[in-house]
Amino acid sequence: MSFNPFETVKEEVDLSVDPADEVKTTTCYMCACRCGVKVYLKDGQIRYLEGNPDHPINKGVLCAKGSAGIMNHNSPARLQKPLLRVGERGEGKFKEIEWDEALDLASQWLGDIRGRDPSRLAFFTGRDQSQSFTGWWASQYGTRNFAAHGGFCSVNMAAAGLYTLGGAFWEFGEPDWELTKYFMMFGVAEDHDSNPIKTGIGKIKTREDAKFVSVNPSRSGYSAVADEWIGIRPGTDGLFVFSLIHELLRAEKIDFASLARYTNAPWLVIENPGGADDGLFLRDEAGHPQIYDVREGLVKNALDAEMTPAMAGRYALPDGRNAVPSFELLAKRYLDKQYAPEAVADKTGIPAATIKRIAAELAEVAFEQEVVIDTPWTDIWGRRHEKMIGRPVSFHAMRGISAHSNGFHTCRAIHILQALLGSVDVPGGWRNKAPYPKAIPPGPKPAGQTTSANTPLSGVPLGMPTGPEDLLVDEKGEPLRIDKAFSWEHPLSAHGLMHMVIRNAWAGDPQKIDVLFMYMANMSWNSSMNTKGTMHYLTDKDEAGNYKIPRIIYSDAYDSEMVSFADLVLPDTTYFERYDCISLLDRPISSCHGPADAIRHPVVKPDRDVRPFQDVLLDLGARLKLPGFVDDKGAAKYPGGYSDYMVNHERAPGLGPLAGWRGEDGKEEGRGKPNPEQIKRYIENGAFWSKPFPPDQQYFKAVNKGYLEYAHHMGWVANIEPIIHQLYSEPMQKFRLAAQGHGKRQPPERHRQRIEEFFDPLPIWYQPFEEDFLQGEDYPLHALTQRPMHMYHSWGSQNAWLRQITSWNRLFMHRDTAKALGIEDEDWVWIESRNGKVKGQVKLITGVNPQTVWTWNAIGKQKGAWRLAKDAPESTKGFLLNHLIDELLPAREGGKRYSNSDPVTGQAAWFDLRVRIKKCAPEEIEETAPQFSALGVPPNMPDVPKIARFGKKLTGTPKGAPVAAKEWIAHEGEVMSALRRESQKRILRQAQDEANAGKKNSHGEKNK
Amino acid sequence: MTSLPKNKPKKKLGLVIDLDICVGCHACAVNCKEWNAGGHSAPLTDIDPYGAKPKGVWFNRIHTFEAVHEETGRSRTVHFPKSCLHCDDAPCVTVCPTGASYKREEDGIVLVNADTCIGCKLCSWACPYGAREYDEDEGVMKKCTLCVDRIYNENLPESSRAPACVTTCPAGARHFGDLGDPSSTVSKIVAKRGGVDLMPEQGTRPVNKYLPPRLKNIDKQKDQSAPRMLTHQDDSSDGAGLLARWVDKLLS
Repeated sequence: MSFNPFETVKEEVDLSVDPADEVKTTTCYMCACRCGVKVYLKDGQIRYLEGNPDHPINKGVLCAKGSAGIMNHNSPARLQKPLLRVGERGEGKFKEIEWDEALDLASQWLGDIRGRDPSRLAFFTGRDQSQSFTGWWASQYGTRNFAAHGGFCSVNMAAAGLYTLGGAFWEFGEPDWELTKYFMMFGVAEDHDSNPIKTGIGKIKTREDAKFVSVNPSRSGYSAVADEWIGIRPGTDGLFVFSLIHELLRAEKIDFASLARYTNAPWLVIENPGGADDGLFLRDEAGHPQIYDVREGLVKNALDAEMTPAMAGRYALPDGRNAVPSFELLAKRYLDKQYAPEAVADKTGIPAATIKRIAAELAEVAFEQEVVIDTPWTDIWGRRHEKMIGRPVSFHAMRGISAHSNGFHTCRAIHILQALLGSVDVPGGWRNKAPYPKAIPPGPKPAGQTTSANTPLSGVPLGMPTGPEDLLVDEKGEPLRIDKAFSWEHPLSAHGLMHMVIRNAWAGDPQKIDVLFMYMANMSWNSSMNTKGTMHYLTDKDEAGNYKIPRIIYSDAYDSEMVSFADLVLPDTTYFERYDCISLLDRPISSCHGPADAIRHPVVKPDRDVRPFQDVLLDLGARLKLPGFVDDKGAAKYPGGYSDYMVNHERAPGLGPLAGWRGEDGKEEGRGKPNPEQIKRYIENGAFWSKPFPPDQQYFKAVNKGYLEYAHHMGWVANIEPIIHQLYSEPMQKFRLAAQGHGKRQPPERHRQRIEEFFDPLPIWYQPFEEDFLQGEDYPLHALTQRPMHMYHSWGSQNAWLRQITSWNRLFMHRDTAKALGIEDEDWVWIESRNGKVKGQVKLITGVNPQTVWTWNAIGKQKGAWRLAKDAPESTKGFLLNHLIDELLPAREGGKRYSNSDPVTGQAAWFDLRVRIKKCAPEEIEETAPQFSALGVPPNMPDVPKIARFGKKLTGTPKGAPVAAKEWIAHEGEVMSALRRESQKRILRQAQDEANAGKKNSHGEKNK
Repeated sequence: MTSLPKNKPKKKLGLVIDLDICVGCHACAVNCKEWNAGGHSAPLTDIDPYGAKPKGVWFNRIHTFEAVHEETGRSRTVHFPKSCLHCDDAPCVTVCPTGASYKREEDGIVLVNADTCIGCKLCSWACPYGAREYDEDEGVMKKCTLCVDRIYNENLPESSRAPACVTTCPAGARHFGDLGDPSSTVSKIVAKRGGVDLMPEQGTRPVNKYLPPRLKNIDKQKDQSAPRMLTHQDDSSDGAGLLARWVDKLLS
């Protein structure tokens, strides 16, 4: 071709290339949101990931993590083959072994202890999304020492919601995004429901009549687009909420009718100070709670259809006791002047006028802007309602509220405020996601009071206690579980305390273990408190030279920090290479519109000697001959692996992991015989199943007859009966009574006061423990962490794309706070707590509570991990605040050191941290501290590319003619209606102007 | 040195980015990178992806910063996505010595022809927005193509025929359409919301528009001097009067 430099060469652009050989649909695993993704495959490799427009969770959108999944899949940190440790723990020296050897070894270790004492196994599974399966494995193995990561994540929120409303913010419920008019979001670290929250906020922001208020010490992420940001002081949200309740009560702006019908507000509470029944609900012989009927002038069954319950007053009972409606107790508490806006303004950092205004806005939207849907529905008592009337106020809260030692009570307070406004599961309010609401609290109870050799547990290890009788404690009242869950130290620890397992196993407190078996939990690094201490616990030896934690088995897909501390490593696949199920038995992907579940299936074949962890667990179960894992003849019951289990396992007759396409003909939903074609049906449908509720079952689910009948058919509720919201919590009072000396099971002396104090049946607020203990000491600032949205809940920031966005973290600090300390922007500082100090660089901002500093979490990495270069900023500049957080609280009187957790649920109190900041000396800058020796790299890991040219060989092939480009308008409905309103207004205005002009003219004419 | 189209494009395809909604999640940036890595300008090379200074080609980058009013101290956190604005008077085109950088007459999209780009970087100096991305490995300048290989692509379902950044945006902060047509929805949105040009003083006449943050009705009505308050029905210190009132409240 001759080239004329004066002539422009015209480019032929292929406008209609075929980008894929094949497009498959599966489910994302880059976070806990679990969206549908379309996987574009080219030459057997993943070319592109796109949100599945048909999927109920993400409806076509995909977040940064989801798109970057391709780089997780291609990561050079992917483990290649089973590994056996050959060096010391923590060095990362391994040799490769075959799977048979690995599984033989694991089953030998596990079989040995199962034959002696199964509780010598601690099995903890991190960010596992198959807990109904892993929990069942633990149960069949016979160890009570099982949990996943909920205890260090969000158990306060989950438990508070489940003990109050039978559902909870985030995972078990969501705002009615389409109809809500006032949305309040509480706390940092709020991005658990990644895409639905973003889409929802986008909708609210697009509607003129809706307001979004963010209550958050940090104005990052969502708070930046909030219509109002309230920069609250960490740990004081409870006071703020009490003050809102105070204002609403004072103004009588609460939904009395809804409280009377749908909550236990009118239930009579026995007043019998010193008695064993004090503070319990008055019940009839059948156990029914009672109300006082004002019209009839008598005490009657609170669950009757027709009643006129008293909400206040004191009623003498025939036997001489008195009883009061629980609402009176609630009202008395929050009417108290200690919760007046003026009284809490200083502590919360929120001006009294702002608290009053927010209360007024809540009241206005709830009571003057009702949302009415013309859909008749029938309640559980058989009464027909012509309309669905809603109070369009909704809340969302997550770990920012949860991860304080006062989190359980604060979480309950927010759920209660939602109920006081009458906006639970109503149009425009906060709505339950299927299969919630459940009984309050849901069954079953934690199993494992006794364990014995070669014997399964009587039930599942995790559950919801309703009184001291459900605790797992010995005859002296001491903990039985390795994490001390369900003990007097943390009675309602429904998700266990994963953050305490390694420390307790090392200390042999309350027991020693033989094998620590973990999955997908980076416990030697960013998932532990006191990281340096945890490394010590993992590597410490006894006098005989044996590790104090004798054996560690770990499964992970990547060379994370924790790998180096394992004795035996079982390499997992990426999420594109295996079967998975996102089950209604577990952590479902349902929405408030209806139930949904989903699968993953292998869209590409592994190119290394790795196996899906679930397959490995089935294999181990069969080798150990665990009941349920083998048939009568001892042969593996699910020889086809996890997909075999997903289809054929039945937890109860007809109820299995997947709800869709059950029954022999595939036509049953929820209940039905296993269908061999089930996986095929899922794949045909885009790897998910969903079923919208009919319009008359969309709301009021707790008392909606049609809904409850359906929920019962689906196996979500044991009985078709109303689910009455428990504002006043009787289980809490039962623990308190035990502390007061009642009942067979009472706390050991040293726990009595704590139980009595913190098991208040109505929410209380107290100073977070760390701050309380440190009074008078010089740690004046709160220190918080959050994950950036592009890494939230995501595993492995070795991701080649995401680390280009964030590869190290800085400490964000208010300008004024820094100024007072003589600190300037970009200065390096020491961040010191009572547990140690770390070094980092500051970034000064104004969008933060001045008494708070914060940073991005889990950006800092240990040298040598994740196949990152030794000079990667993740380890040279990135820092973890985990080093500063002690897993134990300072000693109380008597020397007892409790875990650094909520006293009710055992939730890790990450956000209680208090620090002081000191400017580094000039010679100390440019590198973070503490530094650790570099971890070794397993043998035969792939090379790390110096240049990555992803996509170069995956370009499309020209095919077909171009089509016309189309407009794409996000939130089209809302945008169009806003535009329509605008043009209507313009037309009206024009008409008005013309009319006015006409008037003028006529006047003018007259004047003429 | 390269001419803009003789006939000014009537059709001006572009993006409308809503700064009132953008939460700064980087979804648009990453999905863009993923699509375009195997698209018209493939690859979007990453240098030292696991090393000390990972540096790759991105067509779309999100900047988060605080805008502070120095006098009042009031401030706002802004998430600001930035990509090529496909300017009417694109200086990156006129500066190009080889004709590699060009504006399409049919839809106004500004593209780079990799075959004739000599990697001289004049265009990146000329672009006032810093929206050009040099691929060191290939020695070629790259940039946002407005997903020219998606929007007309008959091999894709209709729901995918828009730029990747738009279809993937979870918050719905991005719209795509013909900004040359005043009756298009994007043009109407821009008119209604007072959409703005980025750095108009540069005279580049960008096609992409940004929608500024807005004040909600509920706050517009707010009278700051007298904050809204609820009327207390009882001001006794313990609220005893209220409880007494509620004893006889009839609810059914």
